[in-house]
Amino acid sequence: MSTTLTATGDVASAGLGGTDATPRYKVTFGRVLRAEWAKFLSLRSTWITLGVSLLLLVGIGIMSAYRYNPADMHGPAADAKDAIALALRSVELAQLAVGVLGVLATAGEYTTGMIRSTLTAVPKRLPVLWSKLGLYFVVVLVVSTAGAFASFLGGEGFLSGKPIALTLSSAGVLRCLFEAGFYLALVAVFGAALGMLVRSVAGGISLLVGTFMLLPIFLDILPSSWKPNVSPYLPGLEGGAGGSMISLHQASGTLSPGNATWVLLVWVAVAILGAAYRLKRTDS
Amino acid sequence: MIEIQHLVKRYGDKTAVDGLNFTVKPGVVTGFLGPNGAGKSTTMRMILGLDAPTSGSVLVNGKRYHQHAAPLQEVGALLEAKSIHPGRSAYNHLNSLALTHGIPRRRVDEVIELAGLGKVAKKRAGAFSLGMGQRLGIAAALLGDPQTIMLDEPVNGLDPEGVLWIRTLLTNLAAEGRTVFVSSHLMSEMALTATDLIIVGRGKLLADTTVADFIESAGGDSVKVVSSDATRLRELLLGPDVTVTGAAGSEELQVNGLTAREIGQKAADAGIAVYELTPQVVSLEEAFMALTGDTVEYRSNGSTGATGAGATGSAGDKEQKEVVAA
Repeated sequence: MSTTLTATGDVASAGLGGTDATPRYKVTFGRVLRAEWAKFLSLRSTWITLGVSLLLLVGIGIMSAYRYNPADMHGPAADAKDAIALALRSVELAQLAVGVLGVLATAGEYTTGMIRSTLTAVPKRLPVLWSKLGLYFVVVLVVSTAGAFASFLGGEGFLSGKPIALTLSSAGVLRCLFEAGFYLALVAVFGAALGMLVRSVAGGISLLVGTFMLLPIFLDILPSSWKPNVSPYLPGLEGGAGGSMISLHQASGTLSPGNATWVLLVWVAVAILGAAYRLKRTDS
Repeated sequence: MIEIQHLVKRYGDKTAVDGLNFTVKPGVVTGFLGPNGAGKSTTMRMILGLDAPTSGSVLVNGKRYHQHAAPLQEVGALLEAKSIHPGRSAYNHLNSLALTHGIPRRRVDEVIELAGLGKVAKKRAGAFSLGMGQRLGIAAALLGDPQTIMLDEPVNGLDPEGVLWIRTLLTNLAAEGRTVFVSSHLMSEMALTATDLIIVGRGKLLADTTVADFIESAGGDSVKVVSSDATRLRELLLGPDVTVTGAAGSEELQVNGLTAREIGQKAADAGIAVYELTPQVVSLEEAFMALTGDTVEYRSNGSTGATGAGATGSAGDKEQKEVVAA
């Protein structure tokens, strides 16, 4: 301690120099993006969460294929209609992990107090949100798409010869795998927007789980005639837009993959608008 | 340079900042003083644009904070509340801030050395002691080599070495012509580091003064004289650098600018009987408390002078005595 003290007296005047000779710095969008990327890389929790989501996505997908046995009525995934349904069964759990990743990206800054440093450096604020959303979208898109392919290809061998087997060249398979990656990336973005909106990790995760997993359950207590009209427009997998996006065959009463994608995009856009409004307009 | 005009901040019914007006000038350390809850932190948050004023304006170096192209180069701030992610290392924290402005890595290393964080820079900031956390906050504040440095309660929880380090740093920064704005709820600390003083209480400006003037108005190093012929003694003592105050008709006088010895001698020469001759020791802390303790009482008074200045020296005032002497 005492050594640093003796040193600092000199450095304070030498290091800070005159104000005239100081270089001009400038905040640009590219720099904010780089800073957010550095933040992403420098936190262990982001790596762990991302790793867990990939593990769930690939592990559960392959395990489902390995354990698949249509004769065993109580076995896992015995009701699966095709290899895509088996491989992408894992999206159900992986969405939770990537959603949490998104919530942590934004709400984590509020919970820790980091947001004060972040917004002091970027007082225009919105570039931080766009950077975070863009960054997490791309990262989760790449990782989840790779995971979806790995899940499908890893399980392919266990299913060969069985009636539900498919290959990459089968109709609709590529579409489903890419949509699975896209769906998970949107869930992450949705989580990040929710985190920015409610500024609390716990609150953000609750809202995320509520929207993607619990809304279909709430729907059951409403008049039963409502369900067919509302359910397809929910964002989640269970009878919702997300489910339509990653299914090989369009089930009756659900949206086409294209329309389902648009519906999910609207959900995400609404969350982003709310997040942007809260970030820009309220005290931090 | 920080310019604050008619600044008001309300949270629901509660008014945290109530019509503040003041300017913080470059080249000196300005103390921002007030009891806890006086609105100091809220004011600082408004300076940085973290909170939006309900009304009024805050300008930093001529612009609102968010209008600057490189805000970290304009203002470096240490806020009272922790503003770091505990999972990130000190180096990565500073680097992520530096990247937003295109501040080179070299500068990150520089401020780490400057704050004495060299050995712990790669450790998770969450494991830092309070003192190390403050140093990291100050390193972040200095990152952009800013013209204005604003620190909220920087010496809170620091050990004596840390306190001394902050004092030296602030003095050096001000000597380089920077604006240095430091909040505290300890008058004694401000008396040692600051030149100018902004005193607030319950969100209102109580005094915009200098430490020297504050000590002066608090009684300075005055002498209390009680004499039967106060009127004649007053005429006798008055001189170019001497002020004498006392209520009309009272036997009691407050004399500034003369020592008790000189007063006694003059009274003896003139044959005036003196019943009491007491050097007054100023308690800055008491003067400060008298000023901030009751805002209503202060307002009816209407001056920057403290009402409790007459407090005589007691055991607790030793430190204050040194302050005055310095």
